[in-house]
Amino acid sequence: MLISFYICSAVAILATLLAIAGPSPMHSLLELIVSLLAVGLIFFTLGAPFAGILEVIVYAGAIMVLFVFVVMMLNLGDETVQQERSWLKPSAWVAPAILALILLAELMQLLLTRPEGTAFAGGKVVGATEVGMSLYGPYLLAVELGSMLLLAGLIAAFHLGRDPEGR
Amino acid sequence: MLDLLFLVFLFPLAGFFILAMSGGRFSERTASIIGVGAPLLAVIVTILVGYSFFTTIPTGGAYTQFLWNWIDVPGFHPDFALRLDGLSMTMISVVTGVSFLIILFSVWYMHGEEGFSRFFAYMNLFVTSMLFLVLANNLLFTYFGWEGVGLCSYLLIGFLYKDPANCAAARKAFLVTRIGDVAFAIAMWLIVRELGTLNIQEIMRLAPEHWAVGSGIATAVALLLLLGACGKSAQFPLQTWLPDAMAGPTPVSALLHAATMVTAGVYLIARTNGLFLLAPLGQEAVGVVGTITLVVAGFCALSQTDVKRVLAYSTMSQIGYMFLALGVGAWSGAIFHLMSHAFFKALLFLSSGSLILACHHEQNMFRMGGLWKKLPVTFAGFVIGGLGLAAIPPGDGYFSKDLIMADAFKSGHYVMWGFAVFGAFLTAVYTARMIFLTFFGEYRGSEPHHGHGGPATTPRGWTHHVPLVALMIATLLGGWFGMHISMLPASPAGEQPEILEKLPLILAVIGVIICWPLFVTHREFTARFTRRGLGNQIRLVWFHAMGFDWLWDHVLVKPWYLIAGFGRRDFIDQIDRAIERVFLGWNKVFTWSETGHLRWYAASVGVGAVLILAAIIYS
Amino acid sequence: MNSAEALIGTIPLSQGLMVAGILFALGLAGILIRRNLIYTLMCIEIMMNSAGLAFVVGASRWQQPDGQVMYLMILALAAAETSIALALVLQLYRRFRGLDIDAASRMKG
Repeated sequence: MLISFYICSAVAILATLLAIAGPSPMHSLLELIVSLLAVGLIFFTLGAPFAGILEVIVYAGAIMVLFVFVVMMLNLGDETVQQERSWLKPSAWVAPAILALILLAELMQLLLTRPEGTAFAGGKVVGATEVGMSLYGPYLLAVELGSMLLLAGLIAAFHLGRDPEGR
Repeated sequence: MLDLLFLVFLFPLAGFFILAMSGGRFSERTASIIGVGAPLLAVIVTILVGYSFFTTIPTGGAYTQFLWNWIDVPGFHPDFALRLDGLSMTMISVVTGVSFLIILFSVWYMHGEEGFSRFFAYMNLFVTSMLFLVLANNLLFTYFGWEGVGLCSYLLIGFLYKDPANCAAARKAFLVTRIGDVAFAIAMWLIVRELGTLNIQEIMRLAPEHWAVGSGIATAVALLLLLGACGKSAQFPLQTWLPDAMAGPTPVSALLHAATMVTAGVYLIARTNGLFLLAPLGQEAVGVVGTITLVVAGFCALSQTDVKRVLAYSTMSQIGYMFLALGVGAWSGAIFHLMSHAFFKALLFLSSGSLILACHHEQNMFRMGGLWKKLPVTFAGFVIGGLGLAAIPPGDGYFSKDLIMADAFKSGHYVMWGFAVFGAFLTAVYTARMIFLTFFGEYRGSEPHHGHGGPATTPRGWTHHVPLVALMIATLLGGWFGMHISMLPASPAGEQPEILEKLPLILAVIGVIICWPLFVTHREFTARFTRRGLGNQIRLVWFHAMGFDWLWDHVLVKPWYLIAGFGRRDFIDQIDRAIERVFLGWNKVFTWSETGHLRWYAASVGVGAVLILAAIIYS
Repeated sequence: MNSAEALIGTIPLSQGLMVAGILFALGLAGILIRRNLIYTLMCIEIMMNSAGLAFVVGASRWQQPDGQVMYLMILALAAAETSIALALVLQLYRRFRGLDIDAASRMKG
């Protein structure tokens, strides 16, 4: 199903482009969620359904919703949109865009000229069972480290999120 | 119990660390318990060690406790080893005992002062350093303690660092004694080069085998050691720091003068006596230095107005006696006088501390007087200490000084003997002058003067009385035991006529008697004589310590400034400066790149990625 | 044929990685262009997600689970990073009364 890969890729790229170029944070977030869902579908086409499910549940469902909450909490309204518009002048975005294009061109050059690039990906489902066996087998230490990282994130978020003036 | 020896220095060291780490957070009570408890434990250990040392004398009369190797390179192995023999046993007894009493007194004296626990930390470190110096089995270890003592004297003289004058006094003490320290270091290098060891026993054994009596190298080492000893012991020509060292709190002066620091030089020469026996010229020089100092300091003490400065010059003079004793070969006499001096000088300084606090930090004797009724304990301390200082029985100074002078006569040094006897007269005069001016006549300090003075208050509290009374007892009884340290060379043998033996005592009593009319009943006459004409000139010269400060300032300090002024513009400095400029330039470049803007940093990372990929593609 | 296998197909490795590269470049461009801290964080998410995509593509090239494990690690990292970063956003908003990242530039050399 090559075609679904192309469609999903096109949707992901387009949604991301809209997300980084739009003036309204809330719209951008929704567009980013679309992009993430599209990437999740790409995972399905590549035979990685477990990663695709996590992309939908954790990335689009949890992390992005956190963003949405914060944006709603800060109540960024029309003033923000106006300010974003005023910041988005060509003088502000041309140079970074060129830098990003150069980087992209180099990546393309690498991907298209190397013979390894012609190999094929996908074709076999590597499901949750294999991933789980691998995760709690050779990668057990990495899982433990990840849990510690999350704990640290929890404590840091709790500490930083407190209002110093107690409001 | 001899193996407890290391605890003697470990307790004060631990006390220092605990107090130093506290950062002044301890209450005054906690700090004084730690600060006094550590020396007290050291005293207890000293008593235990001394008991077993004297009951079961170790083989060879000495016990060596090896702690660890300090440096271990081919041909040179100084170790951390403690040596306990008759000499160091005497010294640690004096150091720990007297220091403990002084530190106990400090609890009373420093009450309510800023930096209370800092003071006790320094005092403990001072005691530790002195114990290192005394117990060391090799000269390098001695030098370690020697420098520690120098450091602590700097810290304590400059204890009240908010007054720049105190800091200047601390610097002066540090730098002047440093001249002596350098001489000591050179002497050590010579010994290592010639004999290949710094172990004191080895040196004593090897030196007579390698060096002939009176040979150049032995004389050089002896003279360098003498110069080192002169620095620490404030002897001519390095005596100028001692009077200024009075800037520290009075217990510091007591510790500096009685138990630690100034006795270090005497100890060093006594410890290395074998080298001085090989260099008769060097030993003679020790005696000459002592003689000059004792007479010069005696004159200076006569004209001082500050009670602490009188005591400072008297210390110089008494250490001069010790040097004289070392010079004429009265080794045991020197150490005996060191001990008795420790007792009476600690007593005098603590009494003067009590006096000064009672008079609200007034130190001028001419603004005191008639205080004996109000300050009975202090008065008793001054009288008993004065008996010791003026060498009148039953003060312990009589016995030790008498021994020194008898030995000087017996060894045939008649000129030195003459000056020593004259010095005994001077000592009696300035001691009597000090006591008469402060305690008799009418009180002259009722009016506050520069914020000092006012009606005197009677000191109270056991931390004030106990050290004073203990030192009074020590001063009264210390002389009766006499002293002979078997490890030191024998005293000179000879005859002295009976009448000459009693001469110093007779002169001392005469000195005291003539002071009564001069400074109590007919003070106006004395004042008239010393305030005009030739009398005034002599008084001023004596008052300013014979102008040695001025002399060194013009002979050494000013030319040195001149050389330093040239030196700071030489080309080597330009090289250093160039390095500095290169670093400053790069610093500018890098600070320019640190803009504080997040997007700038992200762009830098992006450019870096682009460059790395380009390198991969086009390589 | 279950639903998971319905979408399965083979694609050239280079094309899968190309999509990841494009998303990464877009994320980078976004970070450099936008001054709003929310956008900066969103672009970081885009970049991390594209790295995850590259891992999954690699995993399916060799048909091994290791790449997916790495993707899970990235996911955990993203979760931790987001929670801290959003707390920082709140602090920044309180202190600077706005989300301008250029306003918080006091740490300069």
